[in-house]
Amino acid sequence: MASNRDWTWFYRLGSPRWFYETTGRWLPWLWTLTLLLLTTGLVWGLGYAPQDAKQGNSFRIIYLHVPVSFLALAGYYLMAIAGAIGLIWKMKLSYMVMKSAAPIGAALTFLALFTGAVWGKPTWGTYWVWDARITSMLILLFLYLGVLALQYAFHSQESGNKASAILALVGTVNIPIIYKSVDWWYTLHQPATIKLTSAPSMHIDMFQPLLMMIIALYCFYALALILFTRAEILQRERKAAWVCELALQADKDSAGEAEE
Amino acid sequence: MSNIGFTAYLKRDLLLSYRRLGEAASPLMFFLLVSILIPLGVSPDPERLAELAPGMMWVMALLATLLSTEGLFATDHQDGSLEQMLIAPQLLALPVLGKVTAHWLVTGLPLTMVSPLIGLMLSLPPVAMVPMMASLAVGTACLSLIGAVGAALTVSLRKGGLLLSILVIPLYIPVIIFGSAAVQTAVDGFNWLGPLAILAAMLCAAIALCPLAIAGALRLVSSN
Amino acid sequence: MPKTPLLSVDRLFFERDDCNIFEPASFNVEAGDIVQIEGPNGAGKTTLLRLLTSALQPTSGSILFSGENITDCHYEYLASLLYIGHQPAVKMTLSAEENLRWMSPATTSAPEIGAALAEVGLRGYEDVPCYSLSAGQHRRVALARLFTTEAKIWFLDEPFTAIDKQGVDILQARMGSHLAAGGCILLSTHQDLAMDKVRKYSIEPHSDREQQQ
Repeated sequence: MASNRDWTWFYRLGSPRWFYETTGRWLPWLWTLTLLLLTTGLVWGLGYAPQDAKQGNSFRIIYLHVPVSFLALAGYYLMAIAGAIGLIWKMKLSYMVMKSAAPIGAALTFLALFTGAVWGKPTWGTYWVWDARITSMLILLFLYLGVLALQYAFHSQESGNKASAILALVGTVNIPIIYKSVDWWYTLHQPATIKLTSAPSMHIDMFQPLLMMIIALYCFYALALILFTRAEILQRERKAAWVCELALQADKDSAGEAEE
Repeated sequence: MSNIGFTAYLKRDLLLSYRRLGEAASPLMFFLLVSILIPLGVSPDPERLAELAPGMMWVMALLATLLSTEGLFATDHQDGSLEQMLIAPQLLALPVLGKVTAHWLVTGLPLTMVSPLIGLMLSLPPVAMVPMMASLAVGTACLSLIGAVGAALTVSLRKGGLLLSILVIPLYIPVIIFGSAAVQTAVDGFNWLGPLAILAAMLCAAIALCPLAIAGALRLVSSN
Repeated sequence: MPKTPLLSVDRLFFERDDCNIFEPASFNVEAGDIVQIEGPNGAGKTTLLRLLTSALQPTSGSILFSGENITDCHYEYLASLLYIGHQPAVKMTLSAEENLRWMSPATTSAPEIGAALAEVGLRGYEDVPCYSLSAGQHRRVALARLFTTEAKIWFLDEPFTAIDKQGVDILQARMGSHLAAGGCILLSTHQDLAMDKVRKYSIEPHSDREQQQ
């Protein structure tokens, strides 16, 4: 598709092959970094950080719960932005990123809800409570599922992409409204002064592992997104010459290994 | 051409609904019938009903609107009218607004008119009658607009109805929160104009933004 | 001095789902021309017509209306075209007369509508709701537009489907008078047209598609 402006760098960003080859180089580093940060953060948080005065050891789940919730929400915005870029510039790679971001985000949201429930049982005596944050997370899960469902409902890949992109954008506009509404609804019905899911004002010793886990989750998200997108690229571009060469090369490599 | 503009589509859709009065009245019938289920399913005790009434009536109104939203663009897509609408020399937002307004006049407005009767049956406190009607009038308009976005996205799919519900219910949640809150605040004796104002603000935002999303979705579906 | 063609298509190209439908299309249509788009089933005739009406956005290429790109004079272009596709766009609960009135210019008078319906053989059926009419009669209601329209460019997708011989003759006569008045017609049909100077445009399926087959 010709363009009169010299934005070649931007359009090169949109080339699936460029993305595949460049991320291929980054992957080993990303794997190492993610695994390192995740293990350190988890061990530190779950094992070595000081106990909470009120909640004892059960609060440690926040080292998973909070970063995962962040990423779940941030992931939705990333998905919507990828969709917007795909709609405006008709960039296929952008749609592929959007398509990959959806299941990752949905899984993270589910994990957030699950870890929230695990936290809830020892803390408030129940697995589920309709407080503002959890309810908003649940709605976010349904927003993700909607985008996923729409993606696969169409016969035509392009229509599915465009419809999901529009839905993701509509969802983006709505997320602040939904969060604010649910917050307001909760305070209307439960004028308790204790905000049950607010993180306790944290001592620095507790906060550091949390920070590390947040960064670790961001790396994890990037890793997962890149891996999913690479798979999507291979699947969609399977008729292209460079993909066929890759497949042949992989065949040769595995045949060579089998011989040895 | 006669098929240009907001009023043209508004009148035409109203005429089409009038010709199929049975179909047009089904959301209303749904609303009435489901209202019977509440006392039967929960309890006929007036006090308990009064507690539940504001929220339950809103849920039922929401479901009734959702039920009728699927058909908003479906027939047009099937008989080719949608394509003609897309290639008419007009801003696509205008016929879209015309159709959605007609949908509200045929769905939301009757619901609003019938709500005092339902309120009576469900022991809604009298002080909440006017807030209920006001919040339903404004809220169902929002629901029509937001539902139309989902209807436009799923118009070319068969069995799109269930998918439509999945897509649209999360977006409905702010409307129902403030809609039922308006009624509940009235029951509790506070000023119910606050939540109603927020509902009205949502309606303004929906009128401004939804037609864009709907038009975009209709255009992409036509290239399916 | 060469006249600007009424409609000019320049390397129109459409790709859907990584599949290129047809080779880039280029042709000109002058006032008074009738172009028959031909090709086997599935070649992309309907797609080409829909691209020309701007219902679909092309992947590349341009369409010029009297020398101007249609993206610059979009509403004028849309106001001067008429498209009748596979589906007749007829509402079942409305009568034939109401349906035709909807699709006709606002200035069309009631006698003109009646006359148009009579031309397509629906005299006496004006007030009948369309769910009582047959599929062929729905088609006729849609085609009655040709007798009330003021559009210069007609895009017709298989207009003669389910129309009998007499109907075909009447339609071809109408098409002839439209061309004589300076309009143009692009249509896809499997029938042979009994008209003079019918240009044929063959859609070439893209080489990608041939490989798949």
